[in-house]
Amino acid sequence: MNRIDQRFSELKQQGRKALIPYITAGDPAPQYTVGFMHALVEAGADVIELGVPFSDPMADGPVIQKACERALKQGTRLVDLMQMVKEFRQTDTTTPVVLMGYLNPIERIGYENFADQAASVGVDGVLIVDMPPEEAEEIGPLLKSRDLAAIFLVAPTTSNQRAATICAHGEGYLYYVSLKGVTGAATLNADDVAEHLAPLRGMTDLPLCVGFGIRDGVTAAEVAKVADGVIVGSALVNRIAESVDAPETIAGQLKSVLAEMRTAMDA
Amino acid sequence: MTVSATPTPKTKFSDLTRMPDARGHFGPYGGRFVSETLSFALEELEKTYLSLRDDPDFQAEFDYDLAHYVGRPSPLYHAKRWSASLGGAQIWLKREDLNHTGAHKVNNTIGQALLAKKTGKPRIIAETGAGQHGVASATVAARLGLECDVYMGAEDVQRQKLNVYRMRLLGARVIPVESGTRTLKDAMNEALRDWVTNVDNTFYIIGTVAGPHPYPLLVRDFNAVVGREARRQSLEQIGRLPDALIACVGGGSNALGLFYPFVEDDDVAMYGVEAGGDGVETGRHAAPLASNAPRGVLHGNRTYLMSDEAGQVSDTHSISAGLDYPGVGPEHALWKDVGRVSYVAANDKEVLEAFRELTHMEGIMPALESAHALAHAKVLAPTMRPDQHIVVNLSGRGDKDIMTVAKVDGIEF
Repeated sequence: MNRIDQRFSELKQQGRKALIPYITAGDPAPQYTVGFMHALVEAGADVIELGVPFSDPMADGPVIQKACERALKQGTRLVDLMQMVKEFRQTDTTTPVVLMGYLNPIERIGYENFADQAASVGVDGVLIVDMPPEEAEEIGPLLKSRDLAAIFLVAPTTSNQRAATICAHGEGYLYYVSLKGVTGAATLNADDVAEHLAPLRGMTDLPLCVGFGIRDGVTAAEVAKVADGVIVGSALVNRIAESVDAPETIAGQLKSVLAEMRTAMDA
Repeated sequence: MTVSATPTPKTKFSDLTRMPDARGHFGPYGGRFVSETLSFALEELEKTYLSLRDDPDFQAEFDYDLAHYVGRPSPLYHAKRWSASLGGAQIWLKREDLNHTGAHKVNNTIGQALLAKKTGKPRIIAETGAGQHGVASATVAARLGLECDVYMGAEDVQRQKLNVYRMRLLGARVIPVESGTRTLKDAMNEALRDWVTNVDNTFYIIGTVAGPHPYPLLVRDFNAVVGREARRQSLEQIGRLPDALIACVGGGSNALGLFYPFVEDDDVAMYGVEAGGDGVETGRHAAPLASNAPRGVLHGNRTYLMSDEAGQVSDTHSISAGLDYPGVGPEHALWKDVGRVSYVAANDKEVLEAFRELTHMEGIMPALESAHALAHAKVLAPTMRPDQHIVVNLSGRGDKDIMTVAKVDGIEF
């Protein structure tokens, strides 16, 4: 069983919701990333979304754009992420890791090469922001045959017909984008989210996780009431941005942001 | 000059008129690579456009605006003096520079504005490089009473101050984009971010034959009036089809507009001229096709894309802001692969020479973008006979570039 499925099945038994932090790999520099991943797990992360920095992150707001710029300035490449996951797996063999990013870096190293490397270092899922299921015909089978979950987005603008297609292709979990906009844009409305999740429940057994607009324990707890998982990105990346001059303090800050959410969600 | 190998098989070219397929693919290129939030808006746009594409009323409205607002047809002008000085083929200029707002860009914005009107959205956004598409968008927005925001790379805001002020006079808001390389690609990123946020009330007028499906299709269709006129005018004025067509290629909308109605005319050679910058061999250019850049995905479509080995999009360089883009329309990518069009590059120095030559010899000041096409005409014409004919798309006028040229000459105002 894929680590993602395993994790969600454990959470279901425990009656708990998944907490899924996102950080951009290589931000503020590549040598810190694995340490941050372990810190996030210690603070209660159930799945880690590791961002692949890209020069043109079209779906991201300024916070993650700048994270990409910092990571790229340090020369972070997709092949470096593979090494980070490999290193992470030396001591953590159970926390699922999802690579999240844009298609071009994957296109450039080749789909098969990417899938081989990801599977061999212990990646569990792949979320490519600018690749809806219609464009995933070629890479889909390559991921599937290596037990890598292809995770897709569902948005407030997604029609029921499209949602059904996405549910049919999706694996691991569904990433529900809580608002129209880029990452880090605004605060979500939990009632709205609940309303949009309801029809999805009828279409799929996949866990429904919600991202965009979750800033603190209060919003995380609100979302956890209606979703199976809570995804938090910009709120963490903001902390990294504020402390680029004191990188040794970042792991502790990430832990405290995430622990607050964990506590609020489990209360 | 870099000329790509162009074996021209006599087959398959008729297939090219049947592109894209139902999902917006031009062979391996094109498609709809966007984040999920935009999928619905693109499906809607596709549905709206396909329902109007063959609607006689819609076409009549479009044609009326092109005739009475844009001033079409634009002339096909025989540049006799310049042709004689080059000592070869006769050069004919398709005078898109004489359109209202000064470039071919308005053909597309008129068409997309009609679509915006049909969809009832009160707000328009656009990206712009040289500012021509921004001006054309601000113009149609003013005419229809729509709110208009134009994203423009901060570097381009600097080098195209005149167009920035034109847009402001027209009532548009020009938003300088400070991220990335601060040029056209970053303006497009920011426009996409705006659209994803305001998708309910906003129509995004993409200015070139790139972007997610259906944009490459509809921008091509709206610009194809250029080639239809040029074809008819060639038959009337030359008495036959030309031997060659030349157009500059950034995203590639003026080139596709001219080329598309000739695509099945196998005897008409076609040359797309990309921005060679300091020279393709220096790496400082914006010529993904002529330099054989790898395949990649950016701004919603797969195409030839200048990127490094890790897949990060490369910085581009060109004297002309309108061609300063690392990708190219997906239909051009296919036409390169099947050998229908030869894609070459002209470097900044050659472009400035062509700019000065046409200005001096014909009294026509071309846009620096269009001067790329002229630079290749200078190379090609002398290799041809005086009874042969070349049609060059003079896609825009050069008024906006006077400051750039003055700076090269060391003149400050």
